[in-house]
Amino acid sequence: MSTHTYLQTPSQTVGPYFAYGLTAEQYLYDYSSISNGNLIVNEQVKGERITISGQVWDGVGKLIPDAMIEIWQANSEGKYLKDRSLFHGFGRLGTGTHPQNTVEFQTIKPGSVNGQAPHINVIVFMRGLLVHAYTRLYFSDEAEANATDPVLKSIDPSRQQTLIANKSRRADGCTAYEFNIYMQGEKETVFFDV
Amino acid sequence: MTQNKRDWEVQPPYLYPAYKSTGLRAPTKPLVPLKHTLSELTGPVFGHDVIRPYDNDLTLNARKNGEPLGERIIVAGKVMDEQGRPISNTLVEIWQANAAGRYIHKVDQHNAPLDPNFLGAGRCLTDRDGNYKFYTIKPGAYPWGNHPKAWRPNHIHFSLFGNQIASRLVTQMYFPGDPLFDYDPVFQGVPEKYRHLLISKFNLDITEQDFALGYQFDIVLRGNSETPFESK
Ligand SMILES: [Fe+3]
Repeated sequence: MSTHTYLQTPSQTVGPYFAYGLTAEQYLYDYSSISNGNLIVNEQVKGERITISGQVWDGVGKLIPDAMIEIWQANSEGKYLKDRSLFHGFGRLGTGTHPQNTVEFQTIKPGSVNGQAPHINVIVFMRGLLVHAYTRLYFSDEAEANATDPVLKSIDPSRQQTLIANKSRRADGCTAYEFNIYMQGEKETVFFDV
Repeated sequence: MTQNKRDWEVQPPYLYPAYKSTGLRAPTKPLVPLKHTLSELTGPVFGHDVIRPYDNDLTLNARKNGEPLGERIIVAGKVMDEQGRPISNTLVEIWQANAAGRYIHKVDQHNAPLDPNFLGAGRCLTDRDGNYKFYTIKPGAYPWGNHPKAWRPNHIHFSLFGNQIASRLVTQMYFPGDPLFDYDPVFQGVPEKYRHLLISKFNLDITEQDFALGYQFDIVLRGNSETPFESK
């Protein structure tokens, strides 16, 4: 084990007022944003176009209107790239601007990373969460890859379903996946000790 | 290369009943251990293209017709890993209330004045030695609904990435000697022994003559337990 000279700075909640600082453009504040819901920087980027839509629910089944969701994903070849000229693997949205508190990311379907099933890393922040929560999004149409994924396999089978985003075809022909995050309750999402 | 785990001795718990909003939002089941893969050991990189002039100067970046009101301060420090190695070129984002304790955010209903010349949001990249620096206005305390006479201590919200998605940190910086520490369940969510890690220090070297007092707030992100090496 390594010895640490310095202790980690403790986490604190993002609070209810992050919007004008972290997601200003989405919330129409007069300030720029480092990121938003569109990860496709240049249409030349290869890969299947998909929409990820998600909602976040509290312990009594109420939609959470002041959460912030960040995603981090590989490109269609399963590579995490620093180069942002075509595709930025990172997105950030708050749940407060949509009437149903839905976040919607426009992205490409990630490829398999080092033999794992295709997945997207999801980080959840909100008032009332003193430490952010890490989860993962897997795809319902990747049943075969999901069945051998080491992370999914490490989870109690009764809870694996909480990480699977369901595919639906939308009216505009675009492929969409729906991902719900339940903080508590019977359907409580699996969160990881990352 | 493996990323150190979150140090749960230092970090606040999910459920902290004195902070009421944790009640229906804290995960109730134990976190599932995850062996780090490239998915956790990589993270977004932001460059100077996301930083505009004056983004690190909150006394300038939202001026409409004059200077923002309140006490000008400088908040500066070093971002490093647990071995004290500087984390260079990493994005630091901050947001805060104005001098009167009011956020510009639409849902902040606190009956204190907004300042037309102050937004309260800023960002910068650390330099090659891991240092960052903001010019801003000292934020006021503000009331909230958690319990009777609940007031938040003066604080500035911080958001950092570090080099990996696993080193992501959102936190709050406080000011030395605040009498509200004893009554604030957000601050107290951190185990008592480690609360000092969230309190900035007054620093005369950062202070600027005839201009602003300086506060130092160093930030430690999770690091690697082995010497990092290049892998592609
Ligand atoms: Fe605050």
